[in-house]
Amino acid sequence: MDPTPWTVTEVGEKLRDGSLTPTTLVESALARIEKHDGSLRCMTQVFAPEARRRARALESGAPQGPLWGIPYVAKEILSTRTGRTTCGSRFLEHYESPFDATVIERLDAAGAILLGKSNMDEFAMGSSTENSAFGPTRNPWDASRVPGGSSGGSAAAVAADFVGFGLGSDTGGSIRLPASFCGVVGLKPTYGRVSRYGLVAFASSLDQIGPLAKSVGDAALVFACIAGHDRRDSTSLPLAPPAHAGLGEPLPGLRVGVPRDWLGDGLDAAVRHDFDRVLERLRDAGAVLVDVQLPHASHGVASYYVVATAEAASNLARFDGVRYTRRAGAASDLATLFETSRREGFGDEVKRRILLGTFVLSSGYYDAYYLRAQKVRTLLRRDFDAAFARCDIIAVPAAPTPPFRLGEKTSDPLQMYLSDIFTVPANLAGLPAISVPTGMSDGLPLGTQLLAPALEEARLLRAAAWLESLVGFVPLGQRRNGQGG
Amino acid sequence: MDFEAVIGLEVHAQLRTASKIFCPCSTRFGAEPNTQTCPVCAGFPGVLPVLNEKVVEFALRAGLATHCTIRPRSRFARKNYFYPDLPKGYQISQFDEPLCEAGWLQIDGDGRRIRIHRIHLEEDAGKTLHDQDPGSSLVDLNRTGTPLIEIVSEPELRTPAEAHAYLTKLRQILVYLEICDGNMEEGSLRCDANVSVRPQGRSTLGVKVEIKNLNSFRGVEGALHFEIARHTALLEQGGRVVQETRLWDAEKQETRVLRSKEEAHDYRYFPEPDLLPLVVGAAWLETVRQALPELPDAKQERFERQYGLGRYDALVLTSTRTLADYYETAVAGGGDSKKVANWVQTELLGLLRARGLELESSPVQATSLGELVRLVDSGSLSGKMAKEVFADMAESGEAPAVIVARRGMQQIGDTATLQGLVDAALAAHPAEVAKYRAGKTKLLGYFVGEIMKASRGQAHPGTLEKLLLAALEAPAAGGEPRPPEAAGI
Repeated sequence: MDPTPWTVTEVGEKLRDGSLTPTTLVESALARIEKHDGSLRCMTQVFAPEARRRARALESGAPQGPLWGIPYVAKEILSTRTGRTTCGSRFLEHYESPFDATVIERLDAAGAILLGKSNMDEFAMGSSTENSAFGPTRNPWDASRVPGGSSGGSAAAVAADFVGFGLGSDTGGSIRLPASFCGVVGLKPTYGRVSRYGLVAFASSLDQIGPLAKSVGDAALVFACIAGHDRRDSTSLPLAPPAHAGLGEPLPGLRVGVPRDWLGDGLDAAVRHDFDRVLERLRDAGAVLVDVQLPHASHGVASYYVVATAEAASNLARFDGVRYTRRAGAASDLATLFETSRREGFGDEVKRRILLGTFVLSSGYYDAYYLRAQKVRTLLRRDFDAAFARCDIIAVPAAPTPPFRLGEKTSDPLQMYLSDIFTVPANLAGLPAISVPTGMSDGLPLGTQLLAPALEEARLLRAAAWLESLVGFVPLGQRRNGQGG
Repeated sequence: MDFEAVIGLEVHAQLRTASKIFCPCSTRFGAEPNTQTCPVCAGFPGVLPVLNEKVVEFALRAGLATHCTIRPRSRFARKNYFYPDLPKGYQISQFDEPLCEAGWLQIDGDGRRIRIHRIHLEEDAGKTLHDQDPGSSLVDLNRTGTPLIEIVSEPELRTPAEAHAYLTKLRQILVYLEICDGNMEEGSLRCDANVSVRPQGRSTLGVKVEIKNLNSFRGVEGALHFEIARHTALLEQGGRVVQETRLWDAEKQETRVLRSKEEAHDYRYFPEPDLLPLVVGAAWLETVRQALPELPDAKQERFERQYGLGRYDALVLTSTRTLADYYETAVAGGGDSKKVANWVQTELLGLLRARGLELESSPVQATSLGELVRLVDSGSLSGKMAKEVFADMAESGEAPAVIVARRGMQQIGDTATLQGLVDAALAAHPAEVAKYRAGKTKLLGYFVGEIMKASRGQAHPGTLEKLLLAALEAPAAGGEPRPPEAAGI
């Protein structure tokens, strides 16, 4: 048996019975960061004095809240009063938000301790966390590999056991892909489940905030704390957060849909092997595998890069050098002020997407691109409706490849975009999806993604917890503690 | 060849809600720069808009009052452009699915109906101040997020005068609805005009020009006159009008090019993903409809019918809701409705004009004016006395009865008293009496004057004249004059 508390659920018990204190947790987290983050670069900011103060303040009262005393890290794209909110961009290098995002407020109320902020691809545009203005983050399993992106900092910080959990944002896979690459659990909730207030918008109709965690149980715990209606976000659903009972129970008879047609091309052999093994385990445990079709899923990435870039070009227009952002010096007129500030402030990938997004919305092109992409979303939603009429959950790999090497795809944006091939459909259709670590390939973790119908997070999490118990994946932290094989 | 103009107007009206369209900041005009802002209206990263329901209600009032069709489900859209006073880099507006469509309003004068193409909701931008600080421009975001409706007419106005009449009526309706204060100087009502000129009788439109910076009704008329003359001259000389946006210079009374068609913005409209479609249920719409006030056209017709007023009087008295209310309060005092109408239009409005006052701050209360007219009607005051009392009311703000008592101005209509005055006058001027009776009847006026002087103008002229005639025409024998002391004055 494992005597070392590892998950938030286990640590929480120790905190509540007094055998651990928030201060001890904060200090050990700070020590680990001090020791390992110099090479990993997960953390862009560490709020040591604030976290220590917060731990002491919590200790002055009785344990309260489901995340009492648990240190966590928030992606740089989430607004926090503490520190800066840089979005991984030179443009916002010195930007301090005057308010906390709703999720930060809710985690505060749940008793969690904000330990710092995590690295990301600039404005969440990327799949490897190499597009950060503050340098790339490395994969804790193998420092020559990327952690995935864009929430790579949070995923790596959780995998490296710096914190109990991390918050990420997922527009086309930015939680699930790094979860898969870092061997942790990543949940993207149903669109509208979690308030986006305070999340610096990339693509407003696709963005969702979700947890990166060490277990499905932890992800469920954090999700329950951050979900629920927020009147500051008109797109947040007026529903109470769902209750999660029965995690870890076996689910014999669960109908697992497998869209085999879609998995054809570009799938790495190791990924295919692991996925087949996962399906075998599920079937052996009593799941019913069902063939389903998602005929429009193959248009997912193309549609995604139209919708997401169109919205991004508009959302990023506020960074113009006039107010809180970097301003290019000595501009003689307005156009020069805008142009120079944006040229100096944004990185290449962001510029590429702004150009693309501006183009697809241009007069005369709207119908051919934006409108058409929106139609694909509708068709994709119908595909999912039809598929879920025949199954309870859909399973696909989280990523088409194992974690790749730093620099491997930076010169080929299209190859980088294809990393999201299995994750974008959930965003386009607004569905909840989760990545669960299920296997290894050459010492690197691989994840399996499960998708459920909208608002069926409870079903998704139960299925994910069952899968987790079936595959027996040993996390990095456990391996380092010497318990793993 | 004769030419005709085709004019369409786009009017932006600021809605008078207490708070902004997407955040709780105040919309009050004239505050210190950047004191009425928050992260939402200042467009900070990570903020989201939340629609103010009151704004929708106000827009619905405008739509219903102008006979528009209300979309049960409309949508907000982003209009993208860069400007320092537009902090998000886009304006939240409505594009292909506006809240209100296909309405009309009736312009006064010839009573023509002008169709309204659409009314949509949007947020105002901030202000860029170029004249506050040498060497730099300053931005004030207080106005950012102030709710606006844009009212777009069909291009069917034909003359600058019609455009003026349309604007007057539109403003009147908006002010009646209490959704806009209609103040063009403060920018709560702004107008852009589209104008083209074509040979009379042709059905295709000429090349249009958009004119901006029209911040007064006079400016709209002036700019349209200028443009129509410019287009007509061009066309007559065989030239061509170029499609462009022009700016009205009120000082020079001319327009000049702001940007050409090639420089026109591509606003890249797309549905606003941060807001849900705006759904207006039948029940909500009905509640708003029920709460609509009586509108100018209906009120004017009622005034003609109920108070027996002519079209002109009814138009003047219903020009604003406050004036109409004032009139109806005054009439409720029991005076003759036409006389009250005259008093309001000549004396009251004359007074306000002379003093530069708004009706709201009139020193003469409606109930007082009504009472004054009733005193005239009942014969208690002569018209001349009433004007004196009115002048006093304008100074003192007191009620007519108080003034009449204070000044002892009650008109003498009582026969016995008047008979005494007549008798005294005849007794005091026996020579004139004799001359009158000898045939010099013009002397009647002399006696009236004497008695008016003696009564300090308070004698009721009609009764006095009757009594005077009776006394003068009476046989001499019966005319035993009484001593003046008996006059009792």
